[in-house]
Amino acid sequence: FCLSADIISTVEFDHTGELLATGDKGGRVVIFQREQESKNQPHRRGEYNVYSTFQSHEPEFDYLKSLEIEEKINKIRWLPQQNAAYFLLSTNDKTVKLWKISERDKRPEGYNLKDDDGRIRDPSTITTLRVPVLQPMDLMVEATPRRVFANAHTYHINSISVNSDYETYMSADDLRINLWNLEITNRSFNIVDIKPANMEELTEVITAAEFHPSQCNTFVYSSSKGTIRLCDMRALALCDKHSKFFEEPEDPSNRSFFSEIISSISDVKFSHSGRYMMTRDYLTVKVWDLNMENRPIETYQVHDYLRSKLCSLYENDCIFDKFECVWNGSDSVIMTGSYNNFFRMFDRNTKRDVTLEASRENSKPRAILKPRKVCVGGKRRKDEISVDSLDFSKKILHTAWHPSENIIAVAATNNLYIFQDKVN
Amino acid sequence: EMEDKVVSPEKVEEAKLKARYPHLGSKPGGSDLLRKRLQKGQKYFDSGDYNMAKAKMKNKQLPTATTEKAEVTGDHIPTPQDLPQRKPSLVASKLAG
Repeated sequence: FCLSADIISTVEFDHTGELLATGDKGGRVVIFQREQESKNQPHRRGEYNVYSTFQSHEPEFDYLKSLEIEEKINKIRWLPQQNAAYFLLSTNDKTVKLWKISERDKRPEGYNLKDDDGRIRDPSTITTLRVPVLQPMDLMVEATPRRVFANAHTYHINSISVNSDYETYMSADDLRINLWNLEITNRSFNIVDIKPANMEELTEVITAAEFHPSQCNTFVYSSSKGTIRLCDMRALALCDKHSKFFEEPEDPSNRSFFSEIISSISDVKFSHSGRYMMTRDYLTVKVWDLNMENRPIETYQVHDYLRSKLCSLYENDCIFDKFECVWNGSDSVIMTGSYNNFFRMFDRNTKRDVTLEASRENSKPRAILKPRKVCVGGKRRKDEISVDSLDFSKKILHTAWHPSENIIAVAATNNLYIFQDKVN
Repeated sequence: EMEDKVVSPEKVEEAKLKARYPHLGSKPGGSDLLRKRLQKGQKYFDSGDYNMAKAKMKNKQLPTATTEKAEVTGDHIPTPQDLPQRKPSLVASKLAG
């Protein structure tokens, strides 16, 4: 039995990999921190424990539009660390918030007018003056909202992305992308607007957007029609005209009712190097060279066997599931989720791929994950699972990869799994 | 020479879908689908009735001498939380745009 409020809706490592943040459908953020290395317990290095939990967003109701605004956290993005505190952006469908997470391990003691419990002292009993001093206390982690960026999106926010200038960030909804200054909440600049004058003419929506990791003027956004546009903010203030347009040509004879739906891009991520980008559509992951717009340089099949199930996947809405994809730190391996709590990894160099499962039954702590295989017809071997036995309610939409080490976080509905490379 | 015509699995699935929903539009990615997506979260209820009912509840805190069994003329005034999420229809209604 799983409470729907506990369903994890986003997972993100910070830039050091020491912190891991998750957001859930109930609007909560839980931050995990990696255990420090300790000589006493060397095997505990690398375990992530809860560091802070807070309610980021609450459900709202927009009476004017009769619109229910979910508290579900759609995305979390960390800011790079600049002082002792940690900062992250979290967003639901309508509002982005900047949270400050700070530690408190000292408190002042020895006040004159009140005692240490906080009770006011009787002034007639005070005969001497003392200077309050800071005394150590049990570590307390506090999360405080520092900025609320509201009322800038008519449609539902699907992405946020922090710029490499560390001063601005963007938020994207179905039809518009806005640029914000992290310090200013009452103004934002609209940099992309694809809303047609007549909504009857609407043919595509924005599905994801991201800033380039090092070029602060460059960003990309993907669409429901399987295209990616790269924009340069130096060229235009309103980037409705793209600098580059990425689309793979389609074989018209293969076109079906489902073609456009399964070509809709659910996630776009730049490589760490900034030379490539990766897109996820319903059945594949594609790697694009930013210098080549007419086709991807690599295409990986995530679960091609679903092609013969598209009718039922359309009926149960699974065809609209939005899977994310991630790069490893060196951009050599890419990972994405699938159904039945399966997730897939593709090694770009060796061209090998593996299917793994995130579930309690199949993994004991510190046990090695066994590769899984889906049988696509004919004789099913003992270890394989047939397509018809796949559980489509167990979807892995959100995964994250540590920025430098082989540690991955996989969200399976309401459970978070953290896997690491075996340490010898 | 007989050439085997392999029908793509996608086309087979498409035929299945069209058999079940003959009135489904031929342009699936078009306006209808997208507009349904943009309308996520739409819940219609009467905010006037809702606020009046809330106010009435506050007034009802005062004890009354006789608890009359008021005539129930209809279902209770729904609040946003009570309304079920309206799942968008699979087939676009013929009445829709």
